[in-house]
Amino acid sequence: MSEFTEFTCVVCPWGCLLEIQGDKISGYSCNRGLKYAKSEQTDPRRSISGSVRIVGAVNNALPVKTSAPLPKDKLLDAARLLYSVTVKPPVKTGDIIVPDILGLGIHFVASLSMEAEK
Amino acid sequence: MKYDVIVVGGGPAGLFSAAAAKGAGAQRVLVLERDKVTGGILNQCIHSGFGLHMFKEELTGPEYAERALEMLTNTGIEIKTDTMVLSISGERIVTAINPKDGYMELEANAIVLCMGCRERTAGAIGLAGDRPAGVFTAGAAQRLINVDGYMVGRKVCILGSGDIGLIMARRIALEGGIVPAVFELMPYSGGLKRNIAQCLDDYGIPLYLSHTVTAVKGRERVEGIWVSEVGPDLKPIPGTEKLWECDTLLLSVGLIPENELSRDANIEMDPRTAGPLVFENRETGIPGIFAAGNVVHVHDLVDFASAEALIAGRAAALFTSSDASEKTVAVQAGEGVSYTVPQKIRPARIEGAVNIPGVDMDKKCDIFFRIRSRYDNAVIEIDNGTEVMQLPRGHMTPGEMERVSVAQNFLQNTDGITIKVVEK
Repeated sequence: MSEFTEFTCVVCPWGCLLEIQGDKISGYSCNRGLKYAKSEQTDPRRSISGSVRIVGAVNNALPVKTSAPLPKDKLLDAARLLYSVTVKPPVKTGDIIVPDILGLGIHFVASLSMEAEK
Repeated sequence: MKYDVIVVGGGPAGLFSAAAAKGAGAQRVLVLERDKVTGGILNQCIHSGFGLHMFKEELTGPEYAERALEMLTNTGIEIKTDTMVLSISGERIVTAINPKDGYMELEANAIVLCMGCRERTAGAIGLAGDRPAGVFTAGAAQRLINVDGYMVGRKVCILGSGDIGLIMARRIALEGGIVPAVFELMPYSGGLKRNIAQCLDDYGIPLYLSHTVTAVKGRERVEGIWVSEVGPDLKPIPGTEKLWECDTLLLSVGLIPENELSRDANIEMDPRTAGPLVFENRETGIPGIFAAGNVVHVHDLVDFASAEALIAGRAAALFTSSDASEKTVAVQAGEGVSYTVPQKIRPARIEGAVNIPGVDMDKKCDIFFRIRSRYDNAVIEIDNGTEVMQLPRGHMTPGEMERVSVAQNFLQNTDGITIKVVEK
């Protein structure tokens, strides 16, 4: 008998309860959910957000996010890279703030445009 | 100098209201925002999960705010930031003040209230014990970390498992802090299931249901919190107290629509939502004053608050006058239902369902409501006095808003309908 596992889908706010028994996946209600259920078995990944220091803008912190989901066991190491980063405006949404996180080919990118404060 | 529509608040509901008003033909539209930038609470919600309905992609809060603001560029909609609205009147005069224009009296054909909500505080829940530094509402901590760039503490306990509490647990963990536990008074979480999974489970943070903080300990700074189990009456069970060591306590204990302006204008309020009573088009009890977003009731998703703003903004643009004698159907919250929005429907004015993909745009009115407790297998019943509509639902929880669509003809020959939940 193959093992039965169930977990909450985190792809969207609905939060379907996914059930997996051997090769059989059920409980999902969209293709993204099915994809998530599969990847969660083999290579669980998450996107994360964080912030870095910004000097000379309207706020002191600039929000950033990962350009693609990171392996789940690398999240804290990735977040740690942000602690020592300081940037200056102007910054545009999508600008790469920390390139190639832990050599994974995924970047931290700005999730807000920020002008220099007048 | 008369505006067609003045929108109070430049958060997501305000920006979408303004866009909808302009789209429906309003010439002069003005948005008044008290912060230095528009976007409201989205600016500090740096996590992703917004916009799947409205923009068809998953965005962070700041990205959603930026997209919403982009909708207004080159539309001629005026925006005044750093501007505090002081009052609104039934005659639709808005008074406001800012450093550039000074004191202003602005006249509008219609007003849309989009003031959002604010957090319940330590005082609001009667938090006992010492009064040291280190007790924050979760949203205040979120702003300090994500916008102002200050960490709030090293070892952070959280009371309340609403979405903000869960998201802050993950945020503290990613910033290198320790989260010993999240405590929840109720026997279920008030947050989305996926946030339990991706904010707590992923980081090994335990969630203690049916637990509450009975006292804070610490002289200068929080040194710990006393936590007790609670019984079915939600009262602490004697003998279950335990001291949890921490230097910070975050409170995620609910949101309250921010309605000081509405009350001062004598707009009729619904004590259950703490927001104005609204009609199908989100008009309040005062003709020409509309409301949308979290100022009406606390939504689960910014997409839904935005969708409500599309209704209100459009109706504000089309407002000419209201006739108090127009046929109105009262929507009653029956057994198992804590409130409904709208609370009143004028069947003749139903235009179509909320502009959410997958929802048909026939002459139907969407009614949003929250249920009182959890159900695994229940039926939603809508009774118009002669006919009962039955909608089977699987899993339902108070943390997730329910929605039903009611056809215009179901409302034609009745004074009131009742929505209730029946367990199977």
